Amino acid sequence: MRLTGGEILCKALLAEGVDLVFGYPGGAILPFYDDLVRNPGLKHILIRHEQGAAHAADGYARATGKVGVCLATSGPGAINLATGLATANMDSTPIVAITGQVARAAIGKDAFQETDITGITLPITKHNYLVMTAEEIPNVVKEAFHIARTGRPGPVLIDIPKDVFVEEAEYVSALDTNLPGYKPTVKGNNSQIKRAATLINESSKPVILAGRGVMISEAENELKNLAEQAQIPVVPTLLGIGGFPGTHYLNLGLMGMHGSAYANLAVDQSDLIIGIGCRFDDRIVGRVSDFATGAQIIHIDIDPAAIGQNVPAHVPIVGDAKSILTDLVPRIDGKNRSDWLQHVDNLRHDHPLFIPESEKLLPQHVIQRIFEETSGNAVVITGVGQHQMWAAQFYLIDKPMNWITSGGLGTMGYEVPAALGAALGRPDDQIWSICGDGGFQMTLNELATIRDEKIPVKFAIINNGNLGMVRQWQELFYDKRYSQIDVKGPDFIKLADAYGMHGIRVTRKDDVNEAILEANAHPGPVIVDFVVEAEENVYPMIPAGQSVKEMVEAPRPVSEAQR
Amino acid sequence: MKRLISALVQDKPGVMNRISSLFRRRGFNIESIAVGPSEQEGFSRMTIVAENAPTGAVDQLTKQLYKVVEVVRATDITEQETVAKETIFVKVRANSEARADVIRIAEVLKAEVADIATESMILELTGDTGQIARLLDLLTPFGIKEIVRTGQIAITRGE
Ligand SMILES: Cc1ncc(C[n+]2csc(CCOP(=O)(O)OP(=O)(O)O)c2C)c(N)n1
Ligand SMILES: [Mg+2]
Repeated sequence: MRLTGGEILCKALLAEGVDLVFGYPGGAILPFYDDLVRNPGLKHILIRHEQGAAHAADGYARATGKVGVCLATSGPGAINLATGLATANMDSTPIVAITGQVARAAIGKDAFQETDITGITLPITKHNYLVMTAEEIPNVVKEAFHIARTGRPGPVLIDIPKDVFVEEAEYVSALDTNLPGYKPTVKGNNSQIKRAATLINESSKPVILAGRGVMISEAENELKNLAEQAQIPVVPTLLGIGGFPGTHYLNLGLMGMHGSAYANLAVDQSDLIIGIGCRFDDRIVGRVSDFATGAQIIHIDIDPAAIGQNVPAHVPIVGDAKSILTDLVPRIDGKNRSDWLQHVDNLRHDHPLFIPESEKLLPQHVIQRIFEETSGNAVVITGVGQHQMWAAQFYLIDKPMNWITSGGLGTMGYEVPAALGAALGRPDDQIWSICGDGGFQMTLNELATIRDEKIPVKFAIINNGNLGMVRQWQELFYDKRYSQIDVKGPDFIKLADAYGMHGIRVTRKDDVNEAILEANAHPGPVIVDFVVEAEENVYPMIPAGQSVKEMVEAPRPVSEAQR
Repeated sequence: MKRLISALVQDKPGVMNRISSLFRRRGFNIESIAVGPSEQEGFSRMTIVAENAPTGAVDQLTKQLYKVVEVVRATDITEQETVAKETIFVKVRANSEARADVIRIAEVLKAEVADIATESMILELTGDTGQIARLLDLLTPFGIKEIVRTGQIAITRGE
């Protein structure tokens, strides 16, 4: 069957099970937009800026476990995807981006809207392709989806010149991929697994550091078995939240820069860290030489380059977390570690994570109320900054894929388009986007998309009137010399109105509950403007590059401190 | 310290770029990179010599090379037993007076005379780093006009 490149691309995408794409048209990709008209099976969401397309595809992917797809034209369109691709790359999220390119004969001639997008995205994608014939499309698409979703997932970009979309070729559906250099290791090395089991059985003070790899490999049950059977406390990474129930008694919550003091102390005092599907990122480790100096480290990850990248591993195991845990758990003795657990409980008691007593409207309080009023069941998306850390501390996530945040790249503005994507992927769930007033202003253009698609996202703007996290650093490390932090936004209620949404403003603590209930009850999108205290700080805090010894805990209320 | 890395890669556009990009990202200089077809059709073998690269960083980098989809194998062979050689062309000043001396040096160091012109000669030598350095030392007094080197290629010894 002879088809055009564009028609072949539609078939190839449908063959991968794609039914939703986020994109924005333009010259170089126009032929494909014409094909979309004839392919209603590929529902297209017209976002308002290509960055939003990439973040929406990313949010969709994280909320569903499927590959997200975004489209953009050449030049400015393609470059606008870059932030979203880098975000997905850092957080191992599977997305496929398709960009139009200038016609083959024009490539390299500085043609109108030509950019070398495969060159630009080389370090921020897992892989990318420049497709020079229509006939290659089925295989390239098959490979792209395979690479995006397997191994350590990530974004893959396919750049297609305008004339390739209209070139005719014989359509042959792709049968198999031919990737001799791409063979992710799944099964862990047996003798390493045995060594790990021995270390775990011998250890008296172990902790598990659980990253996003747990959820990517769907190893939640295996992790739970390991933790419960061997009585090992679990510390999720920022991206690992949801891989182990947030309300489980063994879950210590985040560690690292803004982790709980007890999680940091427990890891510091442990004799064994079992890192699963994580990469011991610098926000967790701090100063490497002071990191858990009494602990051996078992590091399980599918990406060999992540092992030993930041801290040396005593027992490295390359492979899929689920497969390795399945082999490991039967070798683990059911052990009574009540002394250790009791000690950890004492740490929890002596160094609690708490919300200061106040009559004022504190951001932490808002988040805790959202947690309670949604029974902890919402899909939570966040921006980057203080509100993100409070959300991680006080919205306890029990289920995988319910926590969507930009961790590795820390991309402000993620909160609006990622919520859009997540909501489309999870139409039956409640979607709450916990936004910074700064980040929200970076991508609020997508409110129009949300209105058009009638997506019932609830935006909780944690409106402190400033770039809170930057303000906190300037307060603590630059003697309160505040420099460029006032990001007072528009009147968010009028903004809601302008976008045809319901808006609620909350300025008093007493009104928080009602506002959340009202937002939940409203059938459409809602913006809740929580005008919170401007100068709250996120505690505890370990300053960048330091260790648990330098941890600053929140000033304790008098009654608490005297106890 | 110099590191020697050997890689088997798919012969496709952009592969060299992906590989060199990992060095560039860390600010490591590539002293030489030699590529050619391998024993398998569709695959090339590369020998990369990296300058000033700390061992730990090269370990990490070698693992990251593996992450390049087209890289089938990448190994740091610095510490291994290898045969490692490169070829050099040297255009050296040599008029009729100097010619005989240059030819004698070539003979002793087992370099070939690849070309002779009225004012210069081209010598060709395939050898290890030491042999090439010695040739250059001896030719320097005559006046070296141009040097072209292939960069090292290396193969591990034994099975
Ligand atoms: C795109 C981008 N630019 C800059 C930063 C640096 N940055 C990190 S947190 C932060 C402040 C965020 O402010 P806001 O969104 O209001 O959240 P808050 O910290 O006040 O909760 C900034 C500027 C970033 N992470 N991302
Ligand atoms: Mg703010």
